Amino acid sequence: MSASSVIDFRAVTKKYGTGAFGLDEATFSVDRGDFVFMIGSTGSGKSTVMRLLIKELEPTDGTILVAGRDLSTIKRRQVPFYRRNIGVVFQDFKLLPNRTVYDNVAYALQVTGHSRKEIRAKVPDILRLTGLSTKLHNYPDQLSGGEQQRVSIARAFVNHPPLLLADEPTGNLDPETSIDIMRLLYRINRTGTTVLVATHDHAMVDKMRRRVLELSRGRVVRDEATGLYARDESTREFAQRLRGPSEAPQIV
Amino acid sequence: MKHSLGFFLRESLRAMRRNAAPSFAALATVTVTLIVVGVFIPIVQATTGAANSAAGKVMVDVYMQRHATHAQDARVMGELRRLPHVQRVVFESKAQALAQQRRQDPLAYELLSGNPLPDTFHVYPSTPSVVLTVRAEIADAGGPGQMLDPAIASVSNHTQDTKRLLTVTRFVTITAALLAALLIAASVLLIGNTIRLSLYARRREVEVMKLVGATDWFIRWPFVIEGVVVGAAAALTAIVTLALAKVLVLDPLASNWGLISAPHTIGIVPLMFVLLVAGVGVSAIGSGLSLRRFLRV
Repeated sequence: MSASSVIDFRAVTKKYGTGAFGLDEATFSVDRGDFVFMIGSTGSGKSTVMRLLIKELEPTDGTILVAGRDLSTIKRRQVPFYRRNIGVVFQDFKLLPNRTVYDNVAYALQVTGHSRKEIRAKVPDILRLTGLSTKLHNYPDQLSGGEQQRVSIARAFVNHPPLLLADEPTGNLDPETSIDIMRLLYRINRTGTTVLVATHDHAMVDKMRRRVLELSRGRVVRDEATGLYARDESTREFAQRLRGPSEAPQIV
Repeated sequence: MKHSLGFFLRESLRAMRRNAAPSFAALATVTVTLIVVGVFIPIVQATTGAANSAAGKVMVDVYMQRHATHAQDARVMGELRRLPHVQRVVFESKAQALAQQRRQDPLAYELLSGNPLPDTFHVYPSTPSVVLTVRAEIADAGGPGQMLDPAIASVSNHTQDTKRLLTVTRFVTITAALLAALLIAASVLLIGNTIRLSLYARRREVEVMKLVGATDWFIRWPFVIEGVVVGAAAALTAIVTLALAKVLVLDPLASNWGLISAPHTIGIVPLMFVLLVAGVGVSAIGSGLSLRRFLRV
């Protein structure tokens, strides 16, 4: 629990109304600039962690600090302003179906009161970064899953939040597209943003060689940096390693 | 506020363009409801107006002794006026009464040499329903059959007719009020439900907006403006329909059908105003309120 931790869970328990445990005295912290995987089977508490972090849920017990701030001190009316400091990416993309790619990303800026001029400057930049320059005026239902997830990441990152949460970002995507998405998240991490990714894709996690938190029945059962912790590799090296020899397409 | 009205207006117009079907459903519902309300308001008014004007004719006739003097007339007049539930007392002298009767039936009164009619007081109660109390105060002042003043010969006795008239008027008024209440309740529920449905279709959108960090009012304003626009459009459609119906159907009929030109109905201009305010108000408040449940994410 260093002073520079962005996320700090202290004995956090979340009990649901049904009696099920979402989290059971989970304690962990994530340092600034980290790229952390959270793994565990369905119902292990990954999503609970995410929803607690964006204050969609309140913990039953324990303390959550984000950037040193106790979340229980944030009033309901301040929640929208708190959320603007966190980018969120979901398995089901959660795009606004009635808006074009451009407008979906622009919405995150409109919410925070950016002027139209700023929006016109920032949105094309972030869409170029995510490789969507040619899809500006398409609607979400005209895009592939991978492209939709890129839009969602662009929207999460356009405000340059210090923390990016991704809940099963590759859950609906094929392996090749998943690698692209992970690569994009890694690139965002390299700009200094702390990234927390929840997934049950063990194979991917093993190859990424990043810190891994494993949850089981709401408890943290593993917290370690797996394999070679190559912090400064380029995104190209990163992607190559992910595809790796073992991932070579097998032709039957 | 960092966000201009223009921004919210564009947002709500975009939403309506992209959700044309639910918006149209809401528009149609509000239009139909407003047309029904617009037809119903004058009908209720005409009915209760007719009932009230019938009830307004309820009174007690007080007949003086045939040989009552002017002094006695004046004394009785004063006594009647002091009664608690009396609103107005009108004196009709025997000469006036005779002239009145003669006009109605000249032949019968031709035969009479003198004037058989007494001086009469028409006593109007403060409200029609207390007419029987007033009658009792005059005719049974000191016990059954004991007049308020010895100079009074008799008091008109239309107890049965009066009771029946009062029952009918009360029934008409209560029925009209009940119907109006039911209609208003049905309209509000119908409009509220339509709005709720079209919002339900967009609840995921609201959820996403909250995740991106939009404040409640930032999400709500476009919906409220959308409600205003839909409500105004519906009110205008309803008003145009009603105005056309009045000019094309009602006005030609009114000249040969007395009932339609009943005196105490609302004018077309105030009616338009009421419909416009109701349409815009219910839609805007409805969408603002219905959204609240989806905002609790």
